[in-house]
Amino acid sequence: MEVIIFTEDFLLELYKIASRYEDRKAALLPVLHYVQEKEGMISLEAEKDIGEFLDIPVVHVHDVVSFYHLFHQTKKGKCHFSVCQTTSCALLGGEDIIEHLQKRLNIKPGETTPDGKFSLTLVECLGACEIAPMMQCNKEYKGLLNKKKIDELIDQNR
Amino acid sequence: MEKIISRHFDQENSHRLESYLKDSGYEGARKALTEMTPEQVVEEVKKSNLRGLGGAGFATGTKWSFIKQTYKPKYLVINGDEGEPGTFKDKYILEQDPHAFIEGVIITCYAFGSHKAYVYIRGEYLKSIERLQAAIDEAYKNKFLGKEIMGTPFHLDVVVHQGAGAYICGEETALLESLEGKKGFPRLKPPFPAVSGLFGCPTVINNVETVTCVAPIILKGSDWFSKLGSTKNGGNRLFCVSGHVNKPGVYELPNGTTLRSIIYEHAGGIRGGRTLKAVIPGGISAPILTPDQIDVKMDFDSLKAIGSMAGSGGIIVMDDTTCMVWAAMIASRFYAHESCGQCSPCREGSGWVYRNIKRIYHGEGQTHDLTHLPGIINNIGGNTICAFGDAVTMSIGSYVSKFRSEFEIHIKEKKCELCMKKQGIVESYAKINH
Repeated sequence: MEVIIFTEDFLLELYKIASRYEDRKAALLPVLHYVQEKEGMISLEAEKDIGEFLDIPVVHVHDVVSFYHLFHQTKKGKCHFSVCQTTSCALLGGEDIIEHLQKRLNIKPGETTPDGKFSLTLVECLGACEIAPMMQCNKEYKGLLNKKKIDELIDQNR
Repeated sequence: MEKIISRHFDQENSHRLESYLKDSGYEGARKALTEMTPEQVVEEVKKSNLRGLGGAGFATGTKWSFIKQTYKPKYLVINGDEGEPGTFKDKYILEQDPHAFIEGVIITCYAFGSHKAYVYIRGEYLKSIERLQAAIDEAYKNKFLGKEIMGTPFHLDVVVHQGAGAYICGEETALLESLEGKKGFPRLKPPFPAVSGLFGCPTVINNVETVTCVAPIILKGSDWFSKLGSTKNGGNRLFCVSGHVNKPGVYELPNGTTLRSIIYEHAGGIRGGRTLKAVIPGGISAPILTPDQIDVKMDFDSLKAIGSMAGSGGIIVMDDTTCMVWAAMIASRFYAHESCGQCSPCREGSGWVYRNIKRIYHGEGQTHDLTHLPGIINNIGGNTICAFGDAVTMSIGSYVSKFRSEFEIHIKEKKCELCMKKQGIVESYAKINH
């Protein structure tokens, strides 16, 4: 895929991020967030460019990308469901929610629908146990889930 | 009861500066910066018995006083990587009252002479990050941050740093590593962060809620604050209640409130009038309690005395429909998923424990699985760099020791009555494996 990291505006934004830190290398996480936001994923090419930009060996960049759950190296669906599977959500029917999502979308956790519309990921506690069972749908938290709410969410994003 | 931390939560536009200034906003910071020396601030916070509300409960004023004067820059790092299952209090503070938090940051930095603060917020809390950044921008515009704060020579910059989804980064030295742009591998201590923390400089790491308590202490005095809580654990804290209760949510109550009163009075009791079976008092890493233990006072020392911990204040309630083997499996899966992989006992052990309990839950367990389990669990804690390993040992160990009979039933009968409703899953699992 095409890497846009070296366009002028893009670089300018990266410089801005890096300037907040005493040590340039500390900007790695925010830079990765920015690149993923813009490109939808962290490609291997982007890893190289980021490494060069921050003066970090590319192997170290890859190490970091693969360590953190929020960075991904494949494109996710337009609507990305990250469903909590930890205790509070599980106590209130989280397992049924996960099963229902798998059935409706016909994919397993970790997969994306062939039309690229939906992705399903199982995650650990998202810090919103008061609205369990819950999940993150792209940037938003959706709580007090039931099958009906999920059906509605899927229909809205079809 | 007087609310401190959540006093603005119900107000309209509570996250805006305009609203915050109406209720003596930033007056605590003004008092500290214009009327007090840094030493006096530290002394006042020491006397208030404020303790770290992230989980460890370390005396906050004492922590600040560990910072020695050096030629190196000093940093304040705020731990907002709220990942402990059952905990969601910092999210409320950052979303509903970010200025109260920023005021605390100003006073804290003034107290030990720091001019730069990093706020590490977990990557999924996008709304918290957005609200805090907006509040910081407002504060800069109105001379509460930046150069010459409120006309004094004191200057301070605050940077918000977004995490990227790793539970381990809530461990303070892993958080520092992550902030420096590395994998979140906890560091060996010593050197402690007070000596060599962020970028090798003296660093104080405080939780979001802890820092939010600082401005009210300065404004109203340490006596007032310490009288609110229990001995050696002053003030209120936000208790997060979730699970099988009628009214899950965040409740601000004095330290030392009994667990019974939190569950039955404040959170509305067990759903459907059922009976309590077990409760986790301080985030998933706190050893689980049985119903005969819920008259315990919720403060660091009382919970420690009965073999559990106050931790992050996340209370997870389980009623009598819960299969404890299943609950142990969910908790151990969490640890297996989140172990950073640096130390072998934790990396291998957490996965081993999970697979073992999973086998037992699905009716595939043998008697020796249960015989081996305590040995595996007990060889993780104490053998690792950070407290994650101890958390696995204490937490999962408590399920096995307190509910051993349920594990035995699962091995003997291949299932238990409580799992009957999940029988479908058990059978399909058996089909796949045979």
